[in-house]
This record gives sequence, structure tokens and C-alpha cells, in this order.
Amino acid sequence: MKTPEPVQVVKQRRDSALRGLIDGVPYIKFLNITFDRRGDELTGVLHYDPKLIGNPALPALHGGVTAAFLEVTAIVTLSWSMLWDDLEAGRLEPEGLTHDALPRLPKTIDFSVDYLRAGLPRDAYARARLNRSGRRYASVHVEGWQDNRERLFAQATGHFLMPQRTDPDG
Amino acid sequence: MTDDTSEAAAKRIRAAHQFISALPHCRALSMTVESVGEGEAAISMPWAADLVGDPLTGVIHGGAVSALMDTTGGAAVLSHPTAPIATATMDLRIDYMRAATPHQTITARAVCHHVTRSVAFVRAEAFDEDTDKGPVAVANGAFTLERARAK
Repeated sequence: MKTPEPVQVVKQRRDSALRGLIDGVPYIKFLNITFDRRGDELTGVLHYDPKLIGNPALPALHGGVTAAFLEVTAIVTLSWSMLWDDLEAGRLEPEGLTHDALPRLPKTIDFSVDYLRAGLPRDAYARARLNRSGRRYASVHVEGWQDNRERLFAQATGHFLMPQRTDPDG
Repeated sequence: MTDDTSEAAAKRIRAAHQFISALPHCRALSMTVESVGEGEAAISMPWAADLVGDPLTGVIHGGAVSALMDTTGGAAVLSHPTAPIATATMDLRIDYMRAATPHQTITARAVCHHVTRSVAFVRAEAFDEDTDKGPVAVANGAFTLERARAK
């Protein structure tokens, strides 16, 4: 019987692959979005900063920031699911995974945001669900919340064009 | 645009610009009001390294284009002749037609084409400097409308 991999080896592999996916994207850094990982599940975290405010009178997060946060969460979750199988099967070397080595990111075809309530001036969270993830197209739903998981402040649905995959063995 | 003196137009641009520069995120993205008409607005956003979504190509992230479209839509609503006092985005759908050319300024034009007592409907288009290639993205949105209370 095969011995299971030590837990730190598994974590290290997954976390460094996730870092490789996110670190190279300037806009993710600009908005200060990070990702919490539990197994293969990702939660986007938008860290509050005064520059994210759109309406200073309320104050509320800029609607564009909310849209961008949900779109980033959708794209990262989609890319992550694309990587996961190769990563776990050992076809991808997680060390030194950079944007040059990774498959291209999915491209947004359309994105539709439903604003349910004003974004408060504090951290926000988002999780994406892949409703369809085909070879060419994907449809993704994202939910964003702040204080209560059940009280969404925004949700979105988008369609994405998947990057053309190259055979990792070839 | 309807009958309009250039003085009134200049005043509207000043008012809109003041409004935009009071919004921290619009400042962070260096947005500039280009023109404001009755229920219309154009706002530009220069390319910046911070806004890149694809490091291999230098193409700006769709999210930054969303922020520009959303702001321009809101400005179009507020400049509607029925003079709403506040607005918020209810729903915004963006179609991305092509990647914006890196290092080019993106300009969004929004038209508030219909208003009811409490809802404004907006269409918007975003272009880079290669205007002959057609829009980078188009958007449709519904905005809430708050009016001064009738006596």
C-alpha cells in the first residue's frame, strides 16, 4: 500500500501553486485580494482600504470594486479548478510556478452583477461556483458577503472563454 | 445633445468633475470627466501598470473597466434633466468584446436612455484609442434614483 503524503507536503504544493496563480497579477495586488484555501475550496478576501470607497457620504464600496472583486474570484476559482487535477496528479511542478509556466487565464466574455445592498467599509468575502466548466466555455456564479454569509451584498454570473490547453506531457 | 450653451456645458463638466474627484476609488484609477450632457457622460481612465489583469500581455483587468463603466453610468444618471439627487447601481452587465490595447487610455460613454420615478436605465460603451476597432466593452445597467422630496 502507498503511504499517504505528509500533510505539509500536500499543503506546500497546493499553497505554492495558488500563490503562483495570484502573485503575478498586478490588479489583484492593487485591490489587495487574497484567497483562503480549504482543500480545493477557495474564498476570496477583499481587504478593506479607503481607496475602495465609491460613495464617501455613506460610505460604501465602489460598485466597480465589487464587480472587480467578484470577477477576480470567478477567474481565480476557474483557473484553480483547471490546475487542480494536473497538480494533484503530479503533472505540474508547483515550485516556481509563475505566469510563464501556468496555462493562460480564462477570458471574461460577459459579467453581470446584481447589487443587493451597499458594500460596507470593511472586508468582503466571495466564493464562486462553477455551474458549467467545459473545454471551451465556462459559466460561473459568484456570491459576495461581508458580515453574514446569508446576507449577500452582491452576486454575479459570468461566462468565460477557457484558454487552449497544451498537453502537459507533450 | 439638446440645446445647450457652452457655458452650461462647462458648468456641468466642472460639477461632474468635482463629484468624481470626491470619490476615492475614481481618484485611485485617475478617472477624468471628458464631457457631460443631459443624461450623458464620458469619463476616461489612463492605462496603469497596477491595473493589469494579464501579466503576459499587459492588458487591463476587466474589473477596472467595470469600475469605469459603473462610474460613467452613475454620472449619466445624475446629469439627467430630471435632476436626481442620488443614485446607486442595481444591476450592471458588461460584455467584453476585445482586449483593450495595453498603454492606451480607455474612455467610457454612457447614456441614461430612460428614467422612471425611481429607476434609471443606462447603456454604455468603452473604447481604447483604436476607436476604429470598435468598443472594448459594452454595458447595460439599471440604477436606483433618488429624487428631491416633492413638497
